[in-house]
Amino acid sequence: MQEILSDYDVLAAFWGTIKLSILGTIGALILGTIVAVLRLSPVRVFQWIGTWYVNTFRNIPLTLLMVFSILGLTFILGLQLNSEDISSNVFRWAATMLAVYHGAFICEALRSGVNTVPVGQAEAARAIGLTFGQSMRHVLLPQAFRGSIAPIGSTIIALIKNSTVAAVIGAGEAANLMSVVIENEGSRFSVFLVFAIGFVILTLPLGLFFTSLSRRLAVKR
Amino acid sequence: MTEPLVVLKDVNKHFGDLHVLKDINMEIGKGEVVVVIGPSGSGKSTLCRAINRLETIESGTITIDGKTLPEEGKALAHLRADVGMVFQSFNLFAHKTILDNVTLGPIKVRKQKKGEAEKRAMELLERVGVAHQAQKFPAQLSGGQQQRVAIARSLAMDPKVMLFDEPTSALDPEMINEVLDVMVSLAKEGMTMVVVTHEMGFARKAANRVVFMDDGQIVEQNTPEEFFTNAQSDRAKDFLGKILTH
Repeated sequence: MQEILSDYDVLAAFWGTIKLSILGTIGALILGTIVAVLRLSPVRVFQWIGTWYVNTFRNIPLTLLMVFSILGLTFILGLQLNSEDISSNVFRWAATMLAVYHGAFICEALRSGVNTVPVGQAEAARAIGLTFGQSMRHVLLPQAFRGSIAPIGSTIIALIKNSTVAAVIGAGEAANLMSVVIENEGSRFSVFLVFAIGFVILTLPLGLFFTSLSRRLAVKR
Repeated sequence: MTEPLVVLKDVNKHFGDLHVLKDINMEIGKGEVVVVIGPSGSGKSTLCRAINRLETIESGTITIDGKTLPEEGKALAHLRADVGMVFQSFNLFAHKTILDNVTLGPIKVRKQKKGEAEKRAMELLERVGVAHQAQKFPAQLSGGQQQRVAIARSLAMDPKVMLFDEPTSALDPEMINEVLDVMVSLAKEGMTMVVVTHEMGFARKAANRVVFMDDGQIVEQNTPEEFFTNAQSDRAKDFLGKILTH
């Protein structure tokens, strides 16, 4: 275990995981909120688009999305997120696909949060003359966010672990380094242990944090 | 009667197979206080909610101050701002303080300055007797206090008409009067009000007219004295017999 930590830059690899996770989380939160608003809007076409998004990206394996981003979008369609640097292009696509995929789950977590908000809250918001957008922004979403902190937390933890899938396209993160180490050193128990502990260190405190946050911010009714 | 502020013309609505509003025609004058009573399921709440389009209607028209209720969107929001609504379950915004509950509409819809809106909100909270609770959250207040805040929230929009959908039905008995007192004083000041309620005392004290509904229709309407002492229809007599004997 010692020589793995000294021979390979494990910390840098996990730093890659952290960066990928942070970018993916920010993207997923933004996309998820937009899609949730689409699904909750009174306009039928918007609802369809939102539903289509969730059904599509929740049901395609993340591995396929990752591979598609490089083989399909970069190689065949020539869509590059950084045309100068291949590894940066791969990294950005990996973050994008993490965001796109988990956005669908964030959307559903938010919708479940919206369901914790009684119908009367929306009616009262409309009754004082707030528009759909205003009642979303000032009344429904703030309460929905508080009600969905726990499921959003679970989604973010899943996202951190799912960032390992980015290894299939060779993005610089922990799982990518792990496959390199295994190739060089052979598969040993200690290799798995190092990386497993790394992920537990990242996700366990996050889980505790989200649990306490959801308790503290719960809307009293 | 003075000039009509709210006019309902041939209004119809179904919930599935149930015909909840059957050809409703009604005019509410400026400054008039109309109490709507009737057995549960008679359509009285639906009628009240239809006036600011929280319930859609299938045919007929509803006009407020000469303007027909728009379908959706900004125009509807604009019109709703002029129609106050007080709900059975208060519906205060649970994540906002009492003060923020009252100022949200004036700031976001009427585009008032924050300081100005807060000053007016405090006056209104003072008036309904909960000014000292301004920094608390709704869940920390009693039902009666919450309902009085809800009335202040509606008043903050300077509505042309106020709708009350069973405002005291969810309250403990000892809290009903504190809410009714506020409503009676509003009525005395000339607010146009549509009140769905079971409080016959309020109807006697403050209403200009009682509208009795049953089975989605307006069965009869009259002044409170006339209605309570000399109801015309058998259905109304039967209903009054059931609620007034205890």
